[in-house]
This record gives sequence, C-alpha cells and structure tokens, in this order.
Amino acid sequence: METSAQKANQFDLSVPQLEQMSKKLRRYVINMIATARSGHPGGSLSAADIVTALYFKILKHDPRNPQWEERDRFILSKGHAAPILYAALAECGYFPVEELSTLRKLGSRLQGHTDRTFTPGVEMSAGSLGMGLSCAIGFALAAMLDNHKYRTYVLLGDGECDEGQVWEAALSAFQFKLDNLVAIVDYNQIQLSGKTQNIMCLAPFAKKWQAFGWHTIEIDGHDFDQIISALQETRAMKGKPSMIVAHTIKGKGVSFMENNVAFHGKPPSPEETDKALKELE
Amino acid sequence: MFQQMQPGSHTATVSLRETYGKALVALGKQDKNIVVLDADLSPSTMTCFFAQEFPDRFFDCGLAEQNMISIAAGLAACGKTVFASTFAVFAACRCFDQVRICLSQTGLNVKVVATHGGITVGEDGMSHQAIEDLSLYCALPGFTVIVPADARETAEAVKAAASTRGPFYIRLSRIKSPIIYPEGYAFTVGKAITLREGKDVAILATGIMVFKALEAAEALAGHGINCRVLDVHTIKPLDEETVVKAAAETGAIVVAEEHLAQGGLGSRVAQVLARTKPVPVEFINLGDRYALSGQAEELLREYSLTAMDIERAAKIVAKRK
Repeated sequence: METSAQKANQFDLSVPQLEQMSKKLRRYVINMIATARSGHPGGSLSAADIVTALYFKILKHDPRNPQWEERDRFILSKGHAAPILYAALAECGYFPVEELSTLRKLGSRLQGHTDRTFTPGVEMSAGSLGMGLSCAIGFALAAMLDNHKYRTYVLLGDGECDEGQVWEAALSAFQFKLDNLVAIVDYNQIQLSGKTQNIMCLAPFAKKWQAFGWHTIEIDGHDFDQIISALQETRAMKGKPSMIVAHTIKGKGVSFMENNVAFHGKPPSPEETDKALKELE
Repeated sequence: MFQQMQPGSHTATVSLRETYGKALVALGKQDKNIVVLDADLSPSTMTCFFAQEFPDRFFDCGLAEQNMISIAAGLAACGKTVFASTFAVFAACRCFDQVRICLSQTGLNVKVVATHGGITVGEDGMSHQAIEDLSLYCALPGFTVIVPADARETAEAVKAAASTRGPFYIRLSRIKSPIIYPEGYAFTVGKAITLREGKDVAILATGIMVFKALEAAEALAGHGINCRVLDVHTIKPLDEETVVKAAAETGAIVVAEEHLAQGGLGSRVAQVLARTKPVPVEFINLGDRYALSGQAEELLREYSLTAMDIERAAKIVAKRK
C-alpha cells in the first residue's frame, strides 16, 4: 500500500490540533465508560495527551494496514487504560468510531482490558500489570534481528512499577542496549487504593531509571511541546533505552476526577457524565 | 511396529536435555526465524549449544523468568518462533501469570521447553522438583503439553513444536533415559503410541514412566497378564480415541506419571473415561505430597514410581474388572 511507505506520522497534527484531539478523545473515554457503566477513567485521562501525541504526531503507522511490517509499535502496558487507546485507534481509523460504545459488552471487539486477538491496532494483550515493558523488549529485539527501523513505545502506569517484573525488564533493556525502545511512565502518583507515596513510594523515580542505565527525561505529561520534544529526543539516543517520566494528573481534564482516587476504576453517574462532557467541550 | 519391544535389550541411556540442545541447533540451521531464550540456565537446559552456534539469536534473560516469557511473547508477536527454556519448577510456577496472559490468552508461537521435570531432579530437593507443572500447563486453554519418553521422542517433539503454530510446553527430565524408539519412527502431536498390545490391562504412561511400564508389562506377561502399553506423550490435547479404545478392549487401566495426583495425565484420563467408557483405573503418581532430597532412583522407589509398583497396580486393577 502506498501509505505504508510513509516516513513520518501521517496525521502530523500541530500542537493546537493535538490539544483539540486529546479533548475529543477524552470525551470518547467518558462516553465509553459511562455507557459501559464500568471502566477506569482516571488513568485513561492522565494518559490522554501522551497517547494523542503518539498516534497523531510521532508513530509511523497505517490504520488501513495494521500489520504493516515497518510500523512503529505501541504497547499499552497499563491495560486498564484501554478506553484511551481504543479512542485513539478509532479516531485514526482502525475501526469505526461507533464501535466505541460497545466497550466491555458481550461480543464486542473492545474488551475490558486490551487484547491483541480482538482489536485491530492493539499490539499486545495486557491487564495483569507489569508485563508490557518485557513484551516491548521482545518487539525491540525482533526489530534488531530483522534490521527493521521501527521503534517500540510502551506506556506504563506508575502503580504498575510496584511489580518486580518491570525492574527485571529495566535491567535487560539496558543489557540488550535497546536504543529502539522508548518507555513512558504515566506518573500521576495515584494508584488504586491511594497515593503512590503512601502505598509504595517510587521516588526518586527518574533517578531509579537513570541508575538502571536508561536515558531518562522528565516532562509535564500534559504539555504537548514537552511530550513531542522528549519523544523526538529519544530518536538520537544510541546504545541504551529511553525512559520518559511524564508527570501527569490522574483524571486530567475533568475537575471532579482530577487527583481523585475514587475515579481510578469507577464510571461517572449520568449527571457526572454530563458535567464531564461540558468541561471537555 | 513396537510389539516385540523387549525393554531388556535397550540398555543405552541418552540425555533428553542434550538431545534438545542439539535439536535446537539443527532447527536453527534450517530456519533463521528461530530465537532461543534462557534464564541463566543454558549450560543445564543445553540451550548453550544454540547460543554458541547462533549468538545473535540467543538471549539470556538472566534470573528473570517472568521477563523471559513476556519477551518471548513480544518476539513471537513479530513473527519469531521462540523457544524459552528454564527448569520446570520455574517455567510452571515462577511465571505462570505471564504464561497465562502473554502466551495462553494470545496463542502466540512460543515453545516453553522445561528441563529438570519431576522428582528425578533428585538431590536438590522439593523446591526444585516440578511435580505440579503438567497440571498447571494443562489448565491453560490453547497449550499443547508434551512429555517425551526418550531422547528420540524429545527430538521429534521439539521438531513438531517448531513446525506447529501456538504455545507448547515440553517437559524433559534431568536424568538420562533408556532409548525406546528406533530412529525415524512416526511421531504425531496428540497421538498416543501403542508400544505393546495386550487385552487384559492397559498401562497408560508418560515421560520416564513409559519405560517402566514396558518393564512391568514384560514381568506381568510371565504371570499370564497381557498388558497393552501406551506412550501418552501428549497430555493435552489428549488422544481420547486411543485411550477409550484401550479401556473398551482391556476393561482395566493403569495410569503412570511422575507428577502429583491432581491435574496431570491421571486426572485427564479419568475425566475422559468417566464420560465415555467407565472402567476400573489405578493411578501411579506422587499422590498429594512433596518429595525429599535423594538420588533419582532412590526417590522413585521411595515414592512408589517403579516398574514393580506399576505391576502391582495392574494386578489390582485386573481383579477389579
């Protein structure tokens, strides 16, 4: 397919366009979770700007040819943020936007947590936390073996980094010198039952990744200029993997969900849905 | 083809692990898509042969089995045929969630080949004796689970796994095993092999218990009990047709495996027979307990996993008909 020969992201939105797009995707997220009456709004909203920047500015991908060999790979390791990934994939054209309203319903291609066997564009199944970075290492190694130029991006949650496997992966990505691998942590500092500093302190978080040998960048995960420049900076890195610690706000964009532990895994009521959608206009 | 097999005439013992290592090298030469992972055990699992031959396609994941399984999934998602090896205890217990999510739920093309299965790992003791691995892997939808009985079956199983899409679990022993099969014999995944015909009792065995079943059958023949012996190398999917046929034609079954009572070959055979052809069944296995440190042969005697135990069970089950 001619579009598969692309050298860059085919959407290539400007920052103001990206800001509009991430609002649109947040609206999808609220609608999807409200319709499903279950799901995880907080972590989808905190990751919305990162996912938007990836799909509409950074990734080389072709929604009309999801299996294009040279596509950049994106793995959502925090599988409970599936709604934001589905919203981005639908908006890109991997499947009809109308399908978003089937989230979590019996027979839907949009499973509660990401599943690579059902959903076009989903590269890896997730749901049990801590595995995505290791899977991404597999993708990056395969690229190396086949002399492919594609890059592998993986988004982790911060609470997810409580899992020991993440640090097994941190060791091995450095060992394998995977400069074609970029990990991003959605550092919203809230996990299911409270603040990360009270449940399991991650600080000094960026320093930990540096100590593991990763090229580490800290950014505001809601500032598109910073997200894009950090992602672009990783392209120049040679001989080691890159980690972007993205400081974010859980529930970002909906006032009553922001920094609110309760909206980790709770759908909004009909009234809350209306209010949220108004705020996201 | 194997009806005249005399266990006493097959004295050569060959390492299954070494056979696996060599089979991987042969596969690696034919197919550059094959990638091998290990978790710091390559001199023991014998993936070291592949590592020496194809250093670019071998990745040591360190002592991190969870990481290894998920990396294997990533490689397989990019079209690689991945062999991932470690000891059976770790392959089954240390990374079960990764196997469940990344391999079973995705159906990705990863072959987990685990060595040091069962109690015959010996002196290292119960922490290192994998006796629940078959139950765990058989529980996973989409997995093919194989326990080869000798070196030649190991080579065949590894070849078959490489050329069949989907996740496999292959359990190998640490100890060397007597050679049962001639070179180039016909091996088919999911098809049990009738090693000896008999009408009185059928002994269904897997792994190291297959040779012991042949020895038991030989001894029983001297007592006028003619035993059929099946090598049920593939535990999942189980060859239901051959199992049911054996039950129908002999009316009495003994199942022998180096595994706990729950969830392995015995459980699976009993489930099939309960549904289709209920006949008396006796079980040779470890029951519901861990074993201690000791030499392999000592342990097999201590925990009643010998040819004599099979013989005794066959006599009991024959009377229950």
